[in-house]
Formats: sequence, structure tokens, C-alpha cells
Amino acid sequence: MKNQEYPDIDFKDIKDGLPIDRRDFLKTTGCGIFILFTVKDPSFFTHEKLIRQEQGLPSDFNAYLKIDEDGRVSCYTGKIEMGQGVITSLAQELADELDVSLDSVEMVMGDTDLCPYDRGTFGSMSTRFFGPVLRAAAAEGRSVLLEMASEKLNVPLKNLIVSNGVVFDKDNKKIKISYSELTKGQRIERHVNGNVEIKKPSVFKIMGKSETPRDAELKVTGKAKYAGDIQLPGMLYAKILRPPAHGAKLISADTSEAEKVEDIKVIKDGDLIAVLHKYPDVAEDALTKIKAKFDKSPSTLNDKNIFDHLLNAAPEGKVAASGGDLLKGEKKSDKIFEETYFDGYKAHAPIEPHTAVVNIQGNRVTVWASTQTPFPARTEVAKELNIPEENVHVKQIFVGGGFGGKTRNQQLTEAARLARLSGKPVQVAWSREEEFFYDSFRPAAVVKIKSGITNKGKLSLWDYSVYFAGGRGSEQFYNIPNHRTTIYGSGWGGEAHPFATGAWRAPANNTNTFARESQISIMADAAGIDQLEFRLQNLTDAKMKKVLKAAAEKFGWNSSKSKGKGCGIACGTDAGTSVATIAEVEVDKKTGDVKVNRVVAAQDMGLVINPEGAIIQMEGCITMGLGYALREDIHFNNGEILDTNFDTYEIPRFSWHPEIETVLVDSKDSAPQGGGEPAIITMGAVIANAIFDAIGARVFQLPMSPERVFEAIKNG
Amino acid sequence: MIEKINFNLNGEQLELTVDINRLLIWVLRTDLELTGTKYGCGIDYCGACNVLVDNEAVRSCQTTIKEISNKNVVTIEGLSKNGKLSPLQKAFTDHNAMQCGYCTPGMILSAYSFLRKNPHPTIPEIINGMNDNLCRCGTHKRIVQAIHSAAGEMRGGK
Repeated sequence: MKNQEYPDIDFKDIKDGLPIDRRDFLKTTGCGIFILFTVKDPSFFTHEKLIRQEQGLPSDFNAYLKIDEDGRVSCYTGKIEMGQGVITSLAQELADELDVSLDSVEMVMGDTDLCPYDRGTFGSMSTRFFGPVLRAAAAEGRSVLLEMASEKLNVPLKNLIVSNGVVFDKDNKKIKISYSELTKGQRIERHVNGNVEIKKPSVFKIMGKSETPRDAELKVTGKAKYAGDIQLPGMLYAKILRPPAHGAKLISADTSEAEKVEDIKVIKDGDLIAVLHKYPDVAEDALTKIKAKFDKSPSTLNDKNIFDHLLNAAPEGKVAASGGDLLKGEKKSDKIFEETYFDGYKAHAPIEPHTAVVNIQGNRVTVWASTQTPFPARTEVAKELNIPEENVHVKQIFVGGGFGGKTRNQQLTEAARLARLSGKPVQVAWSREEEFFYDSFRPAAVVKIKSGITNKGKLSLWDYSVYFAGGRGSEQFYNIPNHRTTIYGSGWGGEAHPFATGAWRAPANNTNTFARESQISIMADAAGIDQLEFRLQNLTDAKMKKVLKAAAEKFGWNSSKSKGKGCGIACGTDAGTSVATIAEVEVDKKTGDVKVNRVVAAQDMGLVINPEGAIIQMEGCITMGLGYALREDIHFNNGEILDTNFDTYEIPRFSWHPEIETVLVDSKDSAPQGGGEPAIITMGAVIANAIFDAIGARVFQLPMSPERVFEAIKNG
Repeated sequence: MIEKINFNLNGEQLELTVDINRLLIWVLRTDLELTGTKYGCGIDYCGACNVLVDNEAVRSCQTTIKEISNKNVVTIEGLSKNGKLSPLQKAFTDHNAMQCGYCTPGMILSAYSFLRKNPHPTIPEIINGMNDNLCRCGTHKRIVQAIHSAAGEMRGGK
């Protein structure tokens, strides 16, 4: 189930779009060499292909690169850049395989008119699945150019070498021709057939080397444009009347005072009430002048009773994995452990809230949106406006953080609707309060584990049940002869929750790894075996052992620890990558406050394209992970979201910052794996285990706020 | 109340006729089209909207136009001179001190103001000085390194 799990399950509620007709797509693109390619793996992309075939549209490519007459190379992909760095690492892969300089490569990303269909940027998939095919395409392009050069220069292929986009006769370097000269006046279209070999790591010139983010200068000068920075002539900023609680319906609204504001446009369309103005602050002010009455939300749930509710509401469980015999396992166990773990709702909280600009001109619609899913966004706009999808153009734009939350595009359909109703270009930029209200939170979840060990410290029983987190990260990688993993409810929203839930950086895995690795540590302690040793002796997974040992070595696991401090260890897998993390904490016993002093993480992610970029992602994961581990929790009551801003919803800040050290385990001969999510999954458990080591008290619920830690100390 | 307001913006003297109770962030972003100043929270918590007023980092989401009358305002667009990156901008680039980049302008202007007051900061002082700026991508470590290295550059008068 591993391969199919998240793409199909996660996003089935997002409608698929029609790809642009191939002739339309390429006819505007002029001369040059086009290498068309398809990202086929895993089943997710096969699914995408089937959809296209059902709709009678070409399904033979979903990305392409173009070598221009002027020697510029462009890669057109529906993937987007949101800070994860693929605008740099994908360009590195392309430049290296094609033998051109990195500077000559342009990444055209997420533009629905220029790029072929792509379902979205999530799941740490760009480098894993897109990268290898991009490399094959670039290798194909290089081979086409070499054939042309051989003919033009009258030099046999085997005598040709390429450097920075110029082909030379290796015996006489005066005989040469550049890619741009070869391309001039040509129009060649090739499909990747996979017959051309890609480069071996030993000959990489650009891959495997650290590169500065290509968009850095735009970002430090304020020139990088995000959706909210788009301003069009006549554009109005819209502010929308919102209910005080999820499920509360509008009874009445008196807009008479708002209408008195100069140049304000008030729109009432069914349950949508909005005020629009050329200045966002004036619109915001007008919104406060609307006197609205809402009924009470029918929801009776809050952040205390939610866990009982979820357990009651859980559908029948699905066994994801099992082996051996649980009853036999119980008999063979000398010690049995039964624990329950809890995780509350978490906000994505990107610093850029959801924003969109929609401009309707005749039958053409242009869209700029903070979205991880430009193509599904196009579908949503077309549906909202009841027009064909090809009339909607979602443009490339920077995205100010996504973390899964920007796979939803509610703000965009709101902007489209208001643009239609007002006859003007409209920007909808959510306030921080709206962002907290309409976020698709990481779901609250419960994990129940019954496990056992023998007197020798061997794992003998594992009965694992997860409720509403989802299955990702629940896969067992320890050697446990008798085991079962049961998944109750999906992690992708649904009726059980009082508001929207969805994918949050490494969905499900944060909850599952917190529970599993806490339980493993409890058993290691009970067995009286060192935490690292206990894990190693119950593992055969070589990759996991390697990262555990690498982290332990970097941390100095065996050296004696300072007084009053505690150290914990946790490991896991996500998006094909194995990660092990060790942390040192200090706990203030009087307040329950936890200070994380040091975090060491080791990761095996296969071939690393941009080591610096990969390390930045690890550091980002570790830092963001401190938040859900220690503080982040959505408080709510009867449909009302009580955390409306960063004053009560605390995210990690500079003063929390531990010393962070990272290790990329060398694995360049294996396929590249995910990098944007894995290192966050261990943060809950590693801190829980370190807290226990420091003070002998265990916290079973995330976040491990001072109150919960203090409670755990009190309960001994 | 609509009035004439004079102030210096990124080195140029400016006269605006504007409702003087409007917030600086929106006048900058909409009337003056300087969109490098970002909205993040609107309540003084995140620092994405920071600008320099007389070299001091202030939250433009908490500052009315009235308050900047006859003052010097610098936004991220005004920090580089003649297309040359300022030492802080250069250091942020060199240290890869950004991911999504949305909080970056506010971070850089906070750091600028901080370094003017404390040109020889220790790492803990930088952490303390930057603590009211939020970054969700988790780039804190590199931002601290960038500021530390820029401090040396700026002391050298480069």
C-alpha cells in the first residue's frame, strides 16, 4: 500500500483538470528542440494518465524541456516552488545531464498555459519522481544535439565531448559548435524513450554540489512577487463576512452602515456577503460596519472532548499489515505494555495567508494564487465561473509557504465569484484570523498500542491501532514476529471533525512516529537496555541501522550526559527516506517548561542533488517540529476556533532554537528520495523520550506543553 | 481625515494626500506599490511588515501615516543602492537564509535596525534581538549566521 497510499487517498476530493490540447500547447512555442516526457511512477501518475485518456486527451507527456535557438534551456513543469528549493535542484539535474551551465536554465513552473498538467506539489515527490525523468529527458536532449553536431561537424559521435553547451571534437578543440547554433531554425520534437543512459554520480559536475537558491536575490530585495503583490488597474480588494463558528448559519445582515463608506461596493449573493474597495484597509473597516446575526453552531465539540468523540465516531478499522499470531505473541511476551497516545489539531500557519487575484476579461480568466495545486485550482475556477478550463490561466507566482495547507483553494473560488459579481479584477487575501478559521488542520488523532517484549529484550508483540491520523508512517520496520496495524478512519477530513482537516507536512507520520517511538522507548526502559541498543537489536533494516548509528556517532550517544539533562532517540521513514534523530533537553520541574538544547538528525535520502538544499530542509523540519511537539494546538469550542493569531498559537521562534546538526548519509548510488518532510516526523517522540530521560515522567499527548509536562511530573 | 503628509521614502522626498489614519503597510503596498512589505498577522506579532522609520524597525501594520510625517522611511526596496545588495541582503543570500522568502524583507530590516544599535553582537544577542520576527519555514539558524556575518561586513564600512 505504500506507493498508492497518499496520492490517491489524499486528494481524491480535488477534481482533475483537462490538460491543454497538445497542438495548442506546442504551436505557440516556436523553434527549438523539445523533449517531451512523462512522469509515470508511481501509481499516482498512472491514475492521472487514465483520467486524461478517459477524457479523450493526449496522455503522452506531462512535462517538457525546450532548448531554444539562443541556447537557453527551459523546463516546463506544473510543480511549484514554495521554499522547498526545487527551482534550484531540478535546474541542477537538468543542467548537469544536458551539459549546460546552471545559469542558462530557466524553470517555468505551475503556469497552466505554458506547462502540461500536474496534479500538485506535495508528498515530497518532485525530486523522487519528477527528477529522474527530467534527467532522462535532458540526457535525451543531449543525445539529439550530439547527433546533430556529429553530422554538422562531420566528426564521429564517439569523438564528441560537451562543455557548457558547446560540442567539441575531443582531438581538435577548434572544431566545435554550440547548442544554439545547432538549434537555429530547427523544430524537433522528441519523446523520451529511456534508451539514453543518464550520468553516473562520478561524473556529476553540478548535481551533488551545493547551490545557492536561484531565487535568493529576488527574495532579499522584495522583488519576488507573491499573489497579494499583484495589482491590476481597477482591482478591488474584497473582505468577506465570516461566521463566528463553523456550522453557524447567517440569520440576517444589515449592511447599511458599510454602504455609506465612500467608493465601497457591497455584494450580497445568497450567503456570500462581501465589501470591496480599492484599498484593503478601507474594505476591512467597512466589513466591521456590517451588523450580522448568526445562529449557534450545532457542534458541541471542543479540544477536550474531541478524542472520545473520535473514538466513538471511528468507522470499522482496516488492517494495513499483519503477521504471525497476536495471541501467540502475547503468550511469548514476558512484559506487556498498553498505552494510548493523543495528538491535537495543528495549523499550517504559513506566514503568507491564502491569497488570490482573479481577472476576468471577456472569456479569458487570469489567476494568481498562493497554491500548491495550480491545475486543480484552474478546474475549481472554471467550475465556479461555469466556463471551459482552457479559458482559465493560472500564472506562476511565488508561494509564501504551504506545508500541505495550500492544496486547498477556497480563497480562489471566492475571488472568482466576486470578480464575476463585481465585474472588476478582485483580490481576496485572507487575514490571519481567516487563515486560522479556514485552515485544513492536521487532524486530531488517537493511537492505541498493545506491545510486548521477551526477557531478552526482543520485541514479541505489536498490536497498533490508529484513529483518524491516517496510515502514513504506521508501517512497522522493527522485527516483530506477531504484529497487526489497523487504521480507523482516514487522515483526510470527513464528518468526524468539526472543521476541515488535511495534509500537514508529512501527514499522519508525525502522529504515528510519536506513538511508535514513544512505545519503543518505554519498552527499552522496561527491559533495562540502552535506547540505541534496543532499537538496533530489534532491527534488520540496514538503512535504518545506518542512520541510527550515524546520528549516535555525531551526537556522542555513549558519552556521559550532563546532570539535569535528558537525551532521547527516535527514528522513522517517510517518502522513502530513513531518518534518526537524537535530542537533548532540559526540563524546568517547577513549570514543566522544556528547553531543547541540541538536535542531531541523520538521514538517508538516496542520491542528494543539492546537499545544502537538503540540509536546509532538514533544519526546517526540525525547527517546525519543535512547534507541534511543544506548543502548537488548536483550541476550539462549539465550532469556534479560539486561536485566531500568533498571540495564542505559538510557532517556533529564535529563542527556542536548539543547536542543530545534520548528517546526510552517503548513498549516491541509490535513487533520490523525499527531503521536504522526513526529518519532521521524529520530533514529537525524540522530545518525549528526552523528557522522560530527564525527569522520569512521560507525556502521552502532543503538544507537550508546560501544563502537560507538569501534570506528568505530578502523576509520577 | 485627508491631509497632506511629507516624508522621505527610500531616499526620496514625498508628498502624499491621504487619510492620515490609514496604516502605513497598506499605503506602501497599494498607493505606492512597494509590495516587498508583507502582511503576516496584522497584530504586531510576526514582523513580516517591518520597515525602517528613522533607522528603527517598526511594524507598518501598527503605524499610521500620521506617525511618519517628516520622517525617513526605508522599505526593503530601498535597502540596496544602485542595484548593489546591502551587506545584510548579501549575507542572507550567501547563507541561504530564506526558504519561501515571505518573511525575509521583515527579517532583514529588523536585523538592520538591531545591528545599528549593536554592531558587535554575540549569537545570543542576535537571537534575542530577532525573537519577535516569525519564520515558519524554520530558517532561523541561517538567519542568525547571516546577521552575524553581516555585522562584521557593516563594521568594516563596506
